[in-house]
Amino acid sequence: MGRIPLWRRYARLFGADPAGDVNDELQFHLEAKVGDLIDRGWPPDTARREAERQFGDIQAVREAGERMSKEKERDKQRRDYLGACVQDLRYAFRTLRRDRGFTLITVLILALGIGANTAVFSVVNTVLLRPLPFPNAQQLTWFTSGRSLNSGLREAAGLSGVTYTVAAYEEFQRHTRSFQSVTSYDPFFGDAEYTLTGRGEPQPVASVRVAGNFFGTLGVQPALGRFFSKEETQKNGRPAVLLSYPFWRRQFGGDPTIVGQAITLNKQSVIVVGVLPASFDFGSVFSPGMKVDAYVPAVMDNLRNWGNTLAIVGRLKPGVSVTQAQEEADILFPQFKAAHPEWWGDYTSTVTGLKDFVTGKLRRSLIVLWCAVGMIMLIVCVNLSNLLLARAVARNKEFAMRRALGAGRGRLFRQLLTESLVLSSAGALLGLGFAYALTLYIAHQGSIALPLLSSVRVDGAALTWTLLITVSGAVFFGLAPGLKASAGSLQDTLKDGGQGMSSGRRHERLRSVLVVSEMALACVLLVGAGLLLRSFLNVLDVDLGFQPSRAAVIKIAYDDGNSRARRGAILQEILRNIDSIPGVESAGITDMLPLGRNRSWGLKAKGRAYRKGENLSALVRIVTPDYLSAMGMHLRKGRDFTWQDTPKSAQVVIINEAAARRFWPGEDPVGRIALVEGETRVIGVISNVREHSLEVPAGPEMYLPVTQADPEGAELVVRTKLPPEALDSSVMKTLRLLNPAQPAAELRPLQQIVDHAVSPRRFFVLLVVSFAVLGLVLASLGIYGVISYSVTRRTQEIGIRMALGATAPQVQFTVIAKALRLAVIGIAFGTIGSFVVAKWIASLLFGTRPADPATFAGIVLLLGVVSLIAGYIPARRASHIDPMIALRNN
Amino acid sequence: MSKPADLVQGTLDLLLLKIVALEPLHAWAISQRLKQVSGEILQVSDGSLYPALHKLEQDGWIKGEWKVTENGRRAKFYSLTRPGRRALEREAANWERLAGAISQVVRLNEV
Repeated sequence: MGRIPLWRRYARLFGADPAGDVNDELQFHLEAKVGDLIDRGWPPDTARREAERQFGDIQAVREAGERMSKEKERDKQRRDYLGACVQDLRYAFRTLRRDRGFTLITVLILALGIGANTAVFSVVNTVLLRPLPFPNAQQLTWFTSGRSLNSGLREAAGLSGVTYTVAAYEEFQRHTRSFQSVTSYDPFFGDAEYTLTGRGEPQPVASVRVAGNFFGTLGVQPALGRFFSKEETQKNGRPAVLLSYPFWRRQFGGDPTIVGQAITLNKQSVIVVGVLPASFDFGSVFSPGMKVDAYVPAVMDNLRNWGNTLAIVGRLKPGVSVTQAQEEADILFPQFKAAHPEWWGDYTSTVTGLKDFVTGKLRRSLIVLWCAVGMIMLIVCVNLSNLLLARAVARNKEFAMRRALGAGRGRLFRQLLTESLVLSSAGALLGLGFAYALTLYIAHQGSIALPLLSSVRVDGAALTWTLLITVSGAVFFGLAPGLKASAGSLQDTLKDGGQGMSSGRRHERLRSVLVVSEMALACVLLVGAGLLLRSFLNVLDVDLGFQPSRAAVIKIAYDDGNSRARRGAILQEILRNIDSIPGVESAGITDMLPLGRNRSWGLKAKGRAYRKGENLSALVRIVTPDYLSAMGMHLRKGRDFTWQDTPKSAQVVIINEAAARRFWPGEDPVGRIALVEGETRVIGVISNVREHSLEVPAGPEMYLPVTQADPEGAELVVRTKLPPEALDSSVMKTLRLLNPAQPAAELRPLQQIVDHAVSPRRFFVLLVVSFAVLGLVLASLGIYGVISYSVTRRTQEIGIRMALGATAPQVQFTVIAKALRLAVIGIAFGTIGSFVVAKWIASLLFGTRPADPATFAGIVLLLGVVSLIAGYIPARRASHIDPMIALRNN
Repeated sequence: MSKPADLVQGTLDLLLLKIVALEPLHAWAISQRLKQVSGEILQVSDGSLYPALHKLEQDGWIKGEWKVTENGRRAKFYSLTRPGRRALEREAANWERLAGAISQVVRLNEV
């Protein structure tokens, strides 16, 4: 070895050099050959050329050799790396198994954080990010009419204010150039309530009237059979029905031969022409929370004279943008209005992507949810970083030993990152389990009025997301401990008793910073959740205008042959029988309940001049006598309807206070004449009822008797002290007695319609609040961990102090003060952050100011108390330290 | 000069493995040794020697090590690895079979 020149020894100092090796080898060969040739008598200069000639294409050999050597080198590096990884992994498993408690807690915390993130991402992805479940869904658009009205008036007009007449729909269909196809459905659902008879117990069939090209426009293919033929969508055409997949499975046992057979709906024989695919869920897209059983053709000629009855959906031509479609609508609808002066509205329209219509309103809430869950992940990471730091300190000696034995810093760092990765992967696996359970649960919450919720599942995108947060989380929380462990002076650690004062203090500073940030994050999360919770409670506290408790409702069917007189007699008979059931206090019937479907008609005060184009619509409910009392609505003035209000008697109407203010400002409307269909006398005024949602105050509203106007559907409301289940059978028996075709239905608590209306808010609040609580627990664990560790580290110091006369309360005070100092700094930062966040979520709040002092004060107090407890436990331990033992130890 | 095609396909590997099996050698010595033991019959050109050696090395049958030659030069010495030894046995047995079969055919008496 001594004969190798010095520079040669270091030739490979900077790692392998495969190209150099090949070159050296070939060079050696040539030189050997030259020597050989010279020995045989060749002159040196020609010997060199001869050697090269004999070799042939030396360049090709060199390149091939280099290629192979490089590959070999790469292989070797990869093998080394993998080998080291396996070694690291094995070591990580071994250490983690030794520290079972630590591992368990860490994995659990990670599982909660990652699981929550995956579940929320699945929801966000399904509702917000993924396109609607139709081919080329980005081409689908939604039309909202009534753009010329201000939002208050549009709200007052309800669904009727944003829908279209058949004439407007057909005109647009004829003239548009931006759309490949324009279709529509009847969003008023109510009068498309059918009863299926002749197949066991009469069954209600919730159906939707759709235009003939509805499914074609959406790009849905039938699972069985076909869609409606042209003839079936014409007036007096052959009656046809399409079944939804779940209804087909439930009612017909998934029998494929049902296609082509006739079934009896409302005593009429109707041909089943097809079954929709399982993937098509009308409710989840167009009417969240609604289950649709069947689809019937919307016969335009029948709907023509019914006013605004259609919701329009269009499919854009390829390459046409929503903006271009909007521009076209802005030109077309005024033209139509000019051509048809008899039209009631001008149908100025807002064109939006269908996706925006379906989920646009949820965007803010979902993003808030996403951020909340992201903050949870941050808190989890900070918390774990903290835990691992504490562990790194405990393992200082181990690391120092390994470094003394030759492990590089990089290697130690890698080792710690491997541990973090193992932990976070285990957390992710468990978290995925949580997420699967949670998404499954969410997807089966049919009662939550959120679109697309039924299709929420942990899919490939969610798994990718999980992988991403798992890895980035591991790097994030493994970084600080890793750097700490691989840095630091080797000698100090080995010399020192394992609790080096200076490095220990630096550690503690870092850990304190982590705890403070954790506290701040938890504070922001809690304030946000607190504000949302308060808003939710405010919403629940709203005066609905009716009493949902102690009342139940059931859908009923009857056959009046379109005679108002007969309808009066039938409904009076039904109510008389229901009233006689023991336990029933009062009963009434309406066509539409509050917080559900609605429609609006024109209303004017007689003798008043109105500006042209002024919106004069009011929601209309067609009800029986006693409906108001069964609902627990307050009749402010005048009287309720009676059965003496017949088709032949004077026309009467009851209005709400909003209508009274709108049409008879400053006057007593009772006894005045209103213009509805004809002259109608106002006989009563009721308190406003929340109609659209709990958050939106009521607009003008009127109630007409069933004997003087035509209802759309019938809901029987029963006020009773008994629980609805107790009455269910007797009510159903009574109804069947009067109408054998009464479909099977359940008497459900009236509270359900309120619950349904607040379900989205409840859903978000529940999630955000549970995340906030999780954040609080993690933050208090963090503060506890740091204080507890500092007590352990200072056992000796505390012992000395106590030996010198410090009392237990004094010791406790110092420890608690330390905890509170961290908490106060964290809370201070958190409060500042909370103000920013509160401003951002202001639009989601209800009856709560973003800077609500009560919420802020409450959260600050809560965090203070929790940190006090988290500090008190180690403080107690500190005050129990026996000076003798503490001093003798070490 | 015999061209590589003169060697039966695949036998170059066998020859190289065999020579290296006797003692670790550098490439130059391998070609010299091959010439010498075969009585100058088997000659391998430099242009095919190196690719063959590198290929064997990449396959893990031989491994190269930088050592100093007797006259103080640094050269890459190839030696047989454990998988290389197994490969050599396999190849040698194959060769015996093949050579035996060929000579049987060649020795057939013409009628």
